[in-house]
Parts: sequence; structure tokens; C-alpha cells
Amino acid sequence: MELTVGANQFFWTADNWSALYDELTTAPVDRVVLGEVVCSKRLPFYQDRIPEAVARLVDAGKEVALTSLALITLKRERKLTAALAEMGVTIEINDLTALAHLPKGADFWVGPLVNVYNEGTLTWLAGLGASRVCLPPELPLASVKALTSAAADLGVAIEVWGHGRLPLAISGRCYHARLHKRTKDNCQFACEDDPDGLEVRTLDDQPFMAMNGVQTLSGSYACVDHQVELLTKAGVSALRLSPQSQGFLRVCELYRDRVSGAKPAGSVADEARKLVPDANLSDGFLTGDNGASWSQDIAS
Amino acid sequence: MVMEIVCPAGTPAALRAAVKAGAHTVYCGFNDETNARNFPGLNFDRDEMREGVGFAHKHGAKVLVAINTFPRAGDQAIWHRAIDDAHSAGADAVILADPGLLDYAARDHPDLRLHLSVQAAAANADIINYYADAFGVKRVVLPRVLSVPEIAAINAETDVETEVFVFGGLCVMAEGRCSLSSYATGLSPNMNGVCSPASHVEYQDDQGELSAKLGGYTIHRVGKDEPAPYPTLCKGCFSAGDQSGHLFEDPVSLNAEQLIPQLQKAGVTALKIEGRQRSKSYVAQVVRNFRNAVDALEAGQDLPAGMLAGLSEGQATTTGAYKKTWR
Repeated sequence: MELTVGANQFFWTADNWSALYDELTTAPVDRVVLGEVVCSKRLPFYQDRIPEAVARLVDAGKEVALTSLALITLKRERKLTAALAEMGVTIEINDLTALAHLPKGADFWVGPLVNVYNEGTLTWLAGLGASRVCLPPELPLASVKALTSAAADLGVAIEVWGHGRLPLAISGRCYHARLHKRTKDNCQFACEDDPDGLEVRTLDDQPFMAMNGVQTLSGSYACVDHQVELLTKAGVSALRLSPQSQGFLRVCELYRDRVSGAKPAGSVADEARKLVPDANLSDGFLTGDNGASWSQDIAS
Repeated sequence: MVMEIVCPAGTPAALRAAVKAGAHTVYCGFNDETNARNFPGLNFDRDEMREGVGFAHKHGAKVLVAINTFPRAGDQAIWHRAIDDAHSAGADAVILADPGLLDYAARDHPDLRLHLSVQAAAANADIINYYADAFGVKRVVLPRVLSVPEIAAINAETDVETEVFVFGGLCVMAEGRCSLSSYATGLSPNMNGVCSPASHVEYQDDQGELSAKLGGYTIHRVGKDEPAPYPTLCKGCFSAGDQSGHLFEDPVSLNAEQLIPQLQKAGVTALKIEGRQRSKSYVAQVVRNFRNAVDALEAGQDLPAGMLAGLSEGQATTTGAYKKTWR
């Protein structure tokens, strides 16, 4: 089982952004997706640092891809998508719009925000050159199994969301801006204050979701610690780890030890809780009744 | 050309009511998980679909069959059969969201007209034209995240017809790209054709107040005598930072009737009404009003104002993203 670091979903300062990819040059991961997936307004703050980060990761032996945005509407965003194809780096599409701009004949990756729910769509994407697909996080284990089986015949590597707050929805509206009573065009980058998203609680004060600009995430941190063997047996090729502001290098190391067999089930969860105190963990999309549930709550 | 009114029908009776009330086109689905309004007691069996299409055609109306959930891996045959059966029932088009399903329909039924569902969230001309080239898609139902100028810009760059929602329920998230419901309940629009399903709703008396829960999460609380809104996740009450309230969207529904002239100028072909879960009398009334509106527009007259407000859920309506005050 390999490890892939997904695109950072959050808006970090340019220096923190650079620090993440510096750190990842030494992290025990196989590949890294970088670039902006959530909001095109964030990109100018770190865009000029991308080429160097890519070069350093490649020098460190990592496979690298650049992500498209998850929701492409504006002319500017369409141009950005077209420009991605000229970077000479593998593209990870996170909106099918990017298909219209891919360099002819180039292989590409498909990110977790593209709806690959079944063999038909997987086969269609493989025919267009998809070589790697991270499945949508809401898929249950039965779907993962059916898709890895189809992917084996197609020569496509299948990834599953392994760790981090789950991307649940994307919108044209910015919830951070709305919370601060600002318009989207005058958001003043309110999302920058919340490097892991802003927790959204229910009326009973239960942690539930997290807002991240135009994106809505799970409040819980997904963690497939207890499904590593099941996913390996199902033929999943890599786990996808989503950057978080606290202890992300440690998260990568924990999963490396876990997938290599050096550490038992439970080792990642125990440590992950220490990195983000008060965090709930979840693995319910894969094996539970709903996405927010945690298999060990049922077991205990 | 008069704008096409596309009306929902959750039952054969609603289909007949919509056609009699002046619907140019009716959309409906089979009574299974292949459509995004998979509610108990709703939708059409195979015979009803054939008869419904026959009735509509006899009265000069069209029928579109929505097969707009994402097929479950391992069970695609259920969705393929839905397309085959819509085709043999004489449907004028199928409304699809899943690329694999579009691919199947384009290959196996090249004579079947394909519409791209709002669940595909095709929000710009590049992807719309891509769907047209790849599968021969003839019409796209635009996501409810676009403003009128953005819709006009899309129409300027594509020959694919556009259809927009003008009345009824309103998603604030990009459609077909939201797993809030399955995160809380295990059931989602994409996989199961339901959002915030009634099976997971619980109302609870809470010291003189009424709490509405979805999947165990309390997202509404009102005084006992106040109307209790249905706990749809994105329209629930939450707190974040030092704020609390409807952090994503107020419990409003869409009413863009007064924007019809602008939508026509923006090049929109068809106006879509949400609500396959609604009663036939509701459907008939909404259809009649919208038909009057487009006929008045065609005759160069002013639109009748405010005729539909009383029909909206939660009484409050919005023009949604079309006027985009939040941009």
C-alpha cells in the first residue's frame, strides 16, 4: 500500500504553504498532489512558489501532480485550468471541466471530488487516459471492491481517502464570507484564520462539520486505521492523506508504519488524537451506517 | 420562441394534471433508486411510464425521464435497464448525470435524446461543450450556483440548450457534489436519490420547545407554536465561531418568476420547476402560473406579479444565485 498526499484544502500563509512541501520532501510518502482545489482567489498568494516546490519534490523522488479547482465557473478559472496543462506536470482533475483542457495523449489522475461511483465512469475515464483515481470519500467498501476489481483490468491505480477532514460539499457561495457578513468578492480572506477549517456545531453543541470558504468539510477527521487490511485485500493501491496544520509529517509516518505492518491497528488513531486534541475520528463511509460514525464506537 | 415550461410529476395523476394545466414538458422517474427523488409512494412503474408518455404525446406535451443518480458499482444493470425502458416507453429524452451512464446511452441508444442533469453540476461552457462532443448531449440543466449574466455568457459559447430552475427547492451546494446527507444519515442524493431523508428525522419535545433532528443532530429548535421547518442539512441552524443561525442558507425556496424576461434574454430555452414530491394540485397551480407568464411574455405583456409566493415552503423565497447578492 502506497501513500499519496492530497492537495491542501485550506488557505495557509505562503510561508506555511512552502514549509509543508519542504517537509514532504523528507516524508515517507510516494506522491504529492499540490495546487489550489477550493478557491481560485487563494492561488495568487502562493502560485509563484509552485514550480520550485514541484522541482524539490521530484528531486526527492516523489511523483507529483497539480490539481484543478473543484468548481470551475468564472472565465478566469477556466483560463487557470487551461494554463495547468502547460506546466509540464501530471494533472489531477477535480472538476470534469479540466478534461477539456488536458494535453492530448497525456495520462492524468482523477481526484476525490470527481464522481467516480461505478465501473462505467471508471472505464470511460480510463479510456481518456486516467491512470490513477482517488475514489469519492462517500463510497462504501463494497463499491471500493467492485471498482478496484474493474480498475485492475483497466490498469488504473485506485486510491481511497485515508486521513483528514472529509470534503463533503462545494458551493458557489463562500460560507466564511457569509459568516463575516461579507460578499464573496470582498471576503478579505476570512478563511485564512482557520488553517484546518472552522468548526460548525449543532444546536446541542455537538461538533458536526467544518467550513472552509466555499467548501464544507466533516468536523471529524477520517481515519482508516482500522480498515488498512480490508483495503489492502480489496486491491487499493494507495491511501490519500490530507494535509492538516498540526503534525502532518507525523501523520505520514504513522500511516507508513501502519501500512508496512510495523504497527498494529489502533496505532494511528491513538497518535492522531494527540496531534489534534478534541478531534473526533470517523471511518463510517467505508464500513459504518453513516459517514460520521467510528467503527471502534460500535465495537466497544 | 416561447420558453418551454418543464414540470415535475411524481405520480401519473400529477403528470396528467401538469399536461392539462399547460406544461410543454413533464419530467418524471422510475420508482427506484435510479432517480434523485426516490421517495416512498412516488414515481412511475414501467406501465405507468408508457401510459404517461402516451397521454402527454396525445396532448402535444413531451416527457423526460430522470435517471440522475450515480449507478452503484456492481449494480449498473439497474440503471442501464432504466435507460432501455425509458427509450422503449417513448420518452422524448433522458436526464442523466453519470458519465458512465451517458456513455452507455450514447452507444446503445444513439437515437435517444440526452439531457445533462443538474446533478452533473456542469457550470461552464467548456464542460458543457465537452459533454456535447463526447455524448451528443442536447440540453444542460444548469446548476443553481450561476447568476443571470453567467448564464448569458454560457449561452453565448455553446449550442447546447440550457434549462434553469425557476421555482421550488433550492440546493446551495453544487448539485451532485454534496455528501452532507450521507455523512449524517448514510443516505445521499448521489447514491440513494434522497437528501436529509424523512426516515432519519426525529422531532422531540425539549422543555417546551420542539427540536428537529436529522441523524441524531439537532439542527432546528422552535417554540411549540411556531411552524417547525423540515431539517434539511444545508438549511439547518448551527454555530461557528461566535455566530449562530442558518450559517449555510436560510430555509427559503427559489422563486425566479420575475426574472423570466432576463432569463429569456440570456438565451435560456426552458424553465424548470422543482418538486416531484409535490401534490398534483400544487403542480397544476405552479404550471398554470408559469405558462401564463411565458405566454404573456411572448405576447409582449407584463408578467403577473407575486402569484406563487403562497406556495413556497417556509413562506420565504429567494431569487437564489440568479441575482447573486452574495458575490
